Amino acid sequence: MDEHGIRELIGEVKRGRLTRRAFVRTMVGLGLTAPMAAQMLASSGVAQAQPKPAPFAPTKRGGGGQLKMLWWQAPTLLNPHFATGTKDQDGSRVFYEPLAAFDPEGNMLPILAAEIPSVQNGGVAKDGRSVTWKLKPNVSWHDGKPFTADDLVFNWEYSADPATAALTSGSYRDIERVEKVTPHTVKLHFKSPTPFWFDAFCGARGMIIPKHLFETYKGDKSREAPTNLKPVGTGPYRFVDFRPGDVVRGEMNPAYHMPNRPFFDQIEMKGGGDAPSAARAVLQTGEYDWAWNLQVGDDILRRLEQGGKGRVHMAQGGSCEHIQLNQSDPWREVDGEKSSAKTTHPFLTDLAVRQALNVLVDRAAIHEQLYGRLGQATANILNGPPRFRSPNLKWEFNVEKANQILDAAGWKRGADGIRAKDGKRLKMLFQTSTNAERQKTQAIIKQAAARAGIEIELKSVVASVFFGSDVANPDTYGKFGADIQMYTNGPNAPDPQYYMLNFVSWEITSKENKWQGRNTVRWRSEEYDKLFRAAASEMDPARRAALFIRMNDLVIQNVITIPIIWRNVTAGGSTRLKGADVSGWDSNIWNLASWYREA
Amino acid sequence: MATVAVPLGRESQPRTSLWREAARRFTKHRLAMIGTVMLTVMVLGVVAGPFVYRVPINEIDFKAKLKGPTMAHPLGTDDLGQDVLARMMYGGRISLAVGIASMLIAITLGVLIGATAGHVGGTVDHTLMRITDLFISLPGLPLLLLIIYLFRDSLKKTFGPEAGVFLLIVAVIGGLRWMLVARLVRAQFLSLREKEFVEAARGLGARPVRQVWRHILPNALGPVIVAATIDVAAAIIAESSLSFLGLGFPPDIPSWGRILYDAKDNLDFAPHWALFPGTAIFLTVLSINYIGDGLRDALDPRKVLHH
Repeated sequence: MDEHGIRELIGEVKRGRLTRRAFVRTMVGLGLTAPMAAQMLASSGVAQAQPKPAPFAPTKRGGGGQLKMLWWQAPTLLNPHFATGTKDQDGSRVFYEPLAAFDPEGNMLPILAAEIPSVQNGGVAKDGRSVTWKLKPNVSWHDGKPFTADDLVFNWEYSADPATAALTSGSYRDIERVEKVTPHTVKLHFKSPTPFWFDAFCGARGMIIPKHLFETYKGDKSREAPTNLKPVGTGPYRFVDFRPGDVVRGEMNPAYHMPNRPFFDQIEMKGGGDAPSAARAVLQTGEYDWAWNLQVGDDILRRLEQGGKGRVHMAQGGSCEHIQLNQSDPWREVDGEKSSAKTTHPFLTDLAVRQALNVLVDRAAIHEQLYGRLGQATANILNGPPRFRSPNLKWEFNVEKANQILDAAGWKRGADGIRAKDGKRLKMLFQTSTNAERQKTQAIIKQAAARAGIEIELKSVVASVFFGSDVANPDTYGKFGADIQMYTNGPNAPDPQYYMLNFVSWEITSKENKWQGRNTVRWRSEEYDKLFRAAASEMDPARRAALFIRMNDLVIQNVITIPIIWRNVTAGGSTRLKGADVSGWDSNIWNLASWYREA
Repeated sequence: MATVAVPLGRESQPRTSLWREAARRFTKHRLAMIGTVMLTVMVLGVVAGPFVYRVPINEIDFKAKLKGPTMAHPLGTDDLGQDVLARMMYGGRISLAVGIASMLIAITLGVLIGATAGHVGGTVDHTLMRITDLFISLPGLPLLLLIIYLFRDSLKKTFGPEAGVFLLIVAVIGGLRWMLVARLVRAQFLSLREKEFVEAARGLGARPVRQVWRHILPNALGPVIVAATIDVAAAIIAESSLSFLGLGFPPDIPSWGRILYDAKDNLDFAPHWALFPGTAIFLTVLSINYIGDGLRDALDPRKVLHH
């Protein structure tokens, strides 16, 4: 079925001739998943199905004892606007909340919002230039102050201010104005038609901080706010203690805005260690109730599960383990910065070298031997939501072909078997975080590359440093002090727009933006920028999906990154823990308030 | 002057027999001999082994992954199907070299500083000992991280990734472990330099260097040798912990610590993978400690031998 066919079907639903359910079923028949089909209708202005409320047994607040969670990459700060990586987002999410969260189906669930805006209820303007949110009344911050529209206006000002250098700025700076309509109604005015109106104030990047505590720390002083480490939010648990890189502690919020919630009296999010020990602590020994991101070999997980103490929770999202090919020169310092966008890489700017690398990654072996049910081999950097997934590309593993490409491009083998051209040797440093699966992937790629005359030196950086937010550290993925690097990222909302910022030129990571830009590979393509701008304001869902597919294809055909595995979101949970419902589109703890333990 | 020649001539006689006596005592020390044999086997294995056993260390073969010992792979394979024996022989070179080289650095520095402080005394002693205190109070790991961040890239550029990291690790481990030796040596020197035989040598006109080299140092060596053996073991372990932090050798260089680290998650169903390198580290450290024990007994002239 093509763009046109899908659009007709959506029209049928709108006119009431086709039921929502029948539409979703048709789409699923076409290989889409239900959430995606639901999203297609939502962004085309068809009312959303009421997401099924999660079963929740407790009849009173509290009394559940302690909830012990393991985040093997520990949060380093608790301001959601400065969160680097999911660890900081999740640490903040214990205390802060967005207006709406995304469930596993990609549906939006109101958290601080009274209802989800739509074209039907008049919340979303037909031209896509504004959206009106109604806030829940009677929500208060942990310090007792009321939560109002002023807080939303402030969050927009705070994040969009370039001097704040917020990592969420991408979600807020294209909002022209956040207007306070009533104390509990805000209207977001967009600079251009905005199909992805559910970015700001929603999901992992949408957590809202209190105006009265951050007001004086806007702009340059943003990093000095004491509340960056001592959050005061609206969430089910309020702040007790935080030791950066170690542990986050909270206690029940007796004034939480949802009835009978939360269940637990205390909550602990413990950091450190590594994925295998976290898996063991939940699945095998049962010391902890929850473990985030089990990037552990499937063989090992299956064995740990046999004990029956816990099970692996999985959800399909859009995360992709991929290799980035540095387009700048990591070995030359310009203006006090290595990998400066002003430089070009000595040999990775040669398309032939990149193409050769692309066919040297044995995705089948990596998938079958390392990831198993936790993911699948992929040729695309944009894998989900599924309607944005390109059907045009295939991956292959072919050492012979790599050799041919390099021969044809004039890279000749030297006496040591390493190829060289114009005095430049094909020797590269390959960095990633310390993780058994990643080191094995590195070894597999290194061996194949050696057969094609490319020498790869491996480097692994401990995860807390590699994904750390410390701007002084040279070993972070943002600094990219290597020729190629590997890690996972993905859209953590059921829309690829924010994720695909990873390749736009204005997001190039640099000293200027404190290495917080999203384009870590430092690629610059006018064509890509143009496609992105078009997609960002394209209100027609089918045409918009087509634009994202072209962006994906552009990145892959230019081999700017090499996708390897489309990874599921995986976590480990105790068998007694109920209510946890992992979503591929939001934080692990998007519905933390509804978690409880069975006796 | 003639009176000096006579005792000097005599002196050479008991000295040779002193060493011979030491060798005799050492060979009588059973544990020390076992240690020597084990260490020799280990060193021969890692030095000569790869010339005999020519399996590559990084040949990936998923069909053979996590297999226990077989004919094709005498010590089994790891989770990429790489041969554990080949990797251990390669890694043993690194681990042993790191251990011995950093021990030598630590001992040399320690003896030099301790001897100078103990023998010269006064302000020099005072200054050197405060420096020693300063080094002892330095937090080891943060300093290590700092040094590695500062110098890793430049060393790697000059010597290549393996040799550069080797030099760095050896220098850093050695450079942070000499303090104990220095204090031991100084203490020995302070007591020995007042002993009659040293006074006699001094009275006979021996110059300070000769007093130290010939008379004091050999008598102070006992504790130094023990400290040296402990240092070898500590260095092997320190290298492993650096690999843990991702700051040691590149992750595909299989030092013993690294193999152990890679194997730990599979301990319950592929124990061979961790068992062999673990045993190797254990046996090496143990045999070096035994040898140290034997040497101390052999070199201590006051020690009464029980047999």
